Amino acid sequence: MDNPSLWPLTILVFLPAIGSLVLLLLPRENTEIIKRVSLLITVIVFGATVVMALPGISGGPHFSLSADAVSQMQNVFQVNWIPVFDIQYYMGMDGISFPLFVLTAFISMLAMGASWSIKKHVKAYCVLFLILETGMLGVFLALDFFLFFVFWEVMLLPMYFLIGVWGGPRREYAAIKFFLYTMLGGVLMLIAILMLYFNSDLRELSDDQLVAGHVIADAGQAEAWRAGVPSLEKNPDAQQHTFNILALQQLGQHTKQFSGSVFTEGGKSIQWWAFVLLFIGFIIKVPSVPVHTWLPDAHVEAPTPISMILAGILLKMGGYGILRICYPICPEAAYDLAWVVCSVGVLSMVYGAFAALAQNDFKRMVAYSSVSHMGYVVLGLGVWSAVEANGFNADYWKMGVNGAMFQMIAHGISSAGMFFLVGVIYDRVHHRDLNKFGGLFAKMPVYGGIAMVIFFAGLGLPGLCGFIGEVLVVLSTWNFSIILAVLSAFVVILTAAYILWAIQRVYLGPEYKGPHPEALTPLTSREWSIAVPLCIFAIVLGVYPQALFNYMSPSINHTVDELVDWQKHQQPSAIAESVDPPDHDGNVETVTSQGKDTLPEKRSLKEDNEESLQLESFGALPAPLQATEAVRERAPPPEETTVVGDQTERG
Amino acid sequence: MNYEQLVQFVIGDTGESLGKFVPELILCGSILLMLLLRLFDFTRRLLPSWFIALVGVTAAFVYSAPWVFLADGGQISRSEIFTGMLVYDTFTVYFRALLTFATALFIILTRLTGLANRENDSDFYTLVLGATVGMCLMASANHFLIVFLSIEMASIPSYALVGILKSNRKSSEASMKYAVYGAGAAGIMLYGISLLAGISGSAHLPTIAWRLSQGIGADYQLVLVLAALMLLVGMAFKLSAVPFHFWCPDAFEGASAEVNGFLSVVSKAAALALLVRLAVGFSLPPAAEPVMGANEVVMASGDQRANPAAAGLMIAKQQNAPIFATAWAEDSRQGHDPPSVAEVVPVADAPADAGATPTRTFLAYVIAIMAAVTCTFGNLAAYGQTNIKRLLAYSTIAHAGYMMMPIAAGLLMLENNPLGATEAFAALLLYAFLYVFMNLGAFAIVAFVRNAIGSEEIVDYAGLVRSSPGLVFCFAAILFSLIGLPPLAGFLAKLVIFSGLVNAGMFWLLFIAGANTVISLFYYLNVLRVMIFDPEPETREPIHFPMISLRGIYVAVLTAPMVLLIIQWNGLYEWAIAACKNLAGA
Repeated sequence: MDNPSLWPLTILVFLPAIGSLVLLLLPRENTEIIKRVSLLITVIVFGATVVMALPGISGGPHFSLSADAVSQMQNVFQVNWIPVFDIQYYMGMDGISFPLFVLTAFISMLAMGASWSIKKHVKAYCVLFLILETGMLGVFLALDFFLFFVFWEVMLLPMYFLIGVWGGPRREYAAIKFFLYTMLGGVLMLIAILMLYFNSDLRELSDDQLVAGHVIADAGQAEAWRAGVPSLEKNPDAQQHTFNILALQQLGQHTKQFSGSVFTEGGKSIQWWAFVLLFIGFIIKVPSVPVHTWLPDAHVEAPTPISMILAGILLKMGGYGILRICYPICPEAAYDLAWVVCSVGVLSMVYGAFAALAQNDFKRMVAYSSVSHMGYVVLGLGVWSAVEANGFNADYWKMGVNGAMFQMIAHGISSAGMFFLVGVIYDRVHHRDLNKFGGLFAKMPVYGGIAMVIFFAGLGLPGLCGFIGEVLVVLSTWNFSIILAVLSAFVVILTAAYILWAIQRVYLGPEYKGPHPEALTPLTSREWSIAVPLCIFAIVLGVYPQALFNYMSPSINHTVDELVDWQKHQQPSAIAESVDPPDHDGNVETVTSQGKDTLPEKRSLKEDNEESLQLESFGALPAPLQATEAVRERAPPPEETTVVGDQTERG
Repeated sequence: MNYEQLVQFVIGDTGESLGKFVPELILCGSILLMLLLRLFDFTRRLLPSWFIALVGVTAAFVYSAPWVFLADGGQISRSEIFTGMLVYDTFTVYFRALLTFATALFIILTRLTGLANRENDSDFYTLVLGATVGMCLMASANHFLIVFLSIEMASIPSYALVGILKSNRKSSEASMKYAVYGAGAAGIMLYGISLLAGISGSAHLPTIAWRLSQGIGADYQLVLVLAALMLLVGMAFKLSAVPFHFWCPDAFEGASAEVNGFLSVVSKAAALALLVRLAVGFSLPPAAEPVMGANEVVMASGDQRANPAAAGLMIAKQQNAPIFATAWAEDSRQGHDPPSVAEVVPVADAPADAGATPTRTFLAYVIAIMAAVTCTFGNLAAYGQTNIKRLLAYSTIAHAGYMMMPIAAGLLMLENNPLGATEAFAALLLYAFLYVFMNLGAFAIVAFVRNAIGSEEIVDYAGLVRSSPGLVFCFAAILFSLIGLPPLAGFLAKLVIFSGLVNAGMFWLLFIAGANTVISLFYYLNVLRVMIFDPEPETREPIHFPMISLRGIYVAVLTAPMVLLIIQWNGLYEWAIAACKNLAGA
């Protein structure tokens, strides 16, 4: 298979790790050079991602916004790695992973810039930091489950040391707690991965599905591929297992392979258990109530740049995993458990907001706000509005997922900014007690201004980045459950309360009441250069969200559409059998043949118009939905899908 | 077969067998050479014992030629040597190579740490090589006589090795405990063997398995179960599996760290190999009764009383069974119906879904439960340890538990999924291989640090990272590898074991293994925490451990596979699978 993206992407992902090896050669004493080299590496990585993102640049891997490619996996490369386990060195990007990839490079660069305040063991710090960056970049690009898991766990080691060595007074406790929780999630995830692996069999996929799962490059190769593996009729035992995430998605949506019972006869299906295990693994990372308790400790104890990374990037991996892995691979379980997912989201929102209200530690308050804000992400992903009762109308769901993805990016910017701003004053006055601040606006007016922008972005003020995601999620929830929608809307008030109260206690007021008032000096130019980009992004994304939706929406809508298709040919059968929907022991053959014609049937124009009218009546938010409409019109028939896949390969 | 034929056969067989026995012969030769050369002072100076031992082990490794079946996919077929006493197949080759390789590493380590001084080094290396011969035999045992002899041959030198620090009271105490415990376990095992041999009328493993599968022991179910449990006692002692692990922490605390490395890596690998041999041997009876030449014929003649029906059956079989007809028909792997298999039913014709062999299921679940308990107990007990050797002792107990899991999984899959069973056993082989580096590396570092600071308490490791970051990096990589965290090689070991469990559908065991991985995090990380986060104590001199030195290179060489194997480990696993090809008949 021709892999033009192999080396560029490999070098991009592993550049920080290679850089860390270079750092090892530098003398330990020369901290300034070490920091500069590290910063340079993060800047190069970010620069490269920006070049990839800019439209109109050709040559080398880039993220194409052209109509036929934007919703597909791009820049895919596959190399056989461990043939015994069918493991591939396999990466690619689409509109779901690419924005997070860019965000990772961006926040890493800013966090490295914020690392100048680190004075202790600088060399070790920078080495670990760069290894961490490689892990984070890899998670978002990996399309092989094994590779994904390795990158996912690789982040643990540097993170443990970064918190444990450079953290605050209770750093050891926080570090081990973080490690333990994430490790637990990792083990559960590993069990689910192996469960899916051993129950997968690629041979049941049709040619088109094989192409969609990137098992083969185009339908023309299907015959050759099938000739190479033992055929299903002759040798049903010689299964073709796979770690390929896209192929697993196809298997989960078009076959019954993950619907068999596991553990006990007639018990819950494989995909139900896989979903639960994966979901727990991911919400530990998100983190959602009740597995969030590592986060406040880790955030509070971690040094400022590491808090930025934690809040800005690591938490997003949970949401990314749910969207990329949980839902597409286990749609049946996801449909059954939609209520659980949404409830977890709302619970996190409410609990996080109340907990944030109760905090006196500035950083802890911001940490709980992260729990609350990431609850929107889980809620938005969980809203499964495509049911037969409303004619499989997935628009609300798309709105929710778009909102969730937007919220992830927005929260990546605002929370990283908030942690940075807290770090700025902590560096000066060495305390974070909310009750001992006050009057910072007068002493540091520029800093106060920047803080207002960032904190209001976190609050979700219209015109700033936090607003779009939250409102899309809340609106989409209404169609799923009115109670949850009301609760989540209510959280907006709580959010306003804790953020405004914090602003009041810290920035407003007549005078500063805490220790070290003399240290409150204006921002340095280095701090400026970190805060300003965050502010700019907070405003730009708030005013012109379409800039981001152009990249994200097609892929998101494509993913949701596929799930809706699954739902469509699932629901009638459920009604037909009416006794216990959805059935666990259905005939494989039938389903496979159903799977072949899974393309979205064009709905009547009238229906579409009605919907757009309906949606526009919600007001200012047609942005992602325009994209939705656009994609639906472009939804290609099967032959075209093949062509698209082919072009993606070459592109 | 008359007398002349018998002699001819034995001569021919021995000649053929010796060719497949070269590594053991080399080891024996090295022992003799060491003992001879120590007689004269000048020969001792000329050829020091460690040198002879190292050359001998290396030669044994080279002659075991593990790359033979690597190159062309299992060209070696299973054959029994020495009239059925030993079995020679890819599994034998793999373990022989692994054991000699690990022993070579161990000899280098003892040389670097100066454990064996000039005065006692020939004693020491004689014991080491003697134990290695015993362990090689364990890995290829096919007859209960050899099973017992090889276990004793491996154990008795080990008792002495534990007590090798003569002036150290703790060491002597540890040796004493180990020896008494070992003797007890061996006695029980011997009793179990005698029960089995008494019921089946043979001590040859395939013969016993075949006769049992023909229903010979049907009237003695309880005795058979008792015999199996007694055998397992002996195995559990060698594996330090719960509840026969009590010797392990005490012996490890008293013995020197290097010897601990040897015991935990080499001895354990051999015990696991033997466990696989026994478990698979019982679970996978040959299709036809193996006729073992003279040895067996003599025994069979005195055997007519056991079960008339079975005896008649035996005669029927003998008529068309050529010598060494070990035709391991694929589909013979299904059960015997318990009491009434008296009629002569060709095994291959029985319906394929006749139900799992009770023996196999019984063994699988006993081993699985033992593994689960061992693993959990080892990890929990490691918490309270303040001595690094005791901590690592409990860690080896836990790892013995992990390594027993794929055996249980493999046994369950033997019948319906021979490929899966092969992969499960291969998981054990891969684990054992990686464990050589992990544990020998850990104990090597403990030994080096002991030489530098004279302490083996974890608190004395505080702040080690300040003065010797390279050493701490290596120790960290090894400890994370023991946890099983990607990207370190220990993760690969866990991955293949977990996948074996999933493939066998043993989810309860999988969840226990997963939970254990998480709880083991605490105590391994505690060591790292002390070394990295804690400040250096005032009372201790800073340790300088240069990585550019023989010791440093040794540690780095053991650590390198931990870090680098993630890049490409396909060949390693394929090799392990090839080594198990003969085992499950896949």
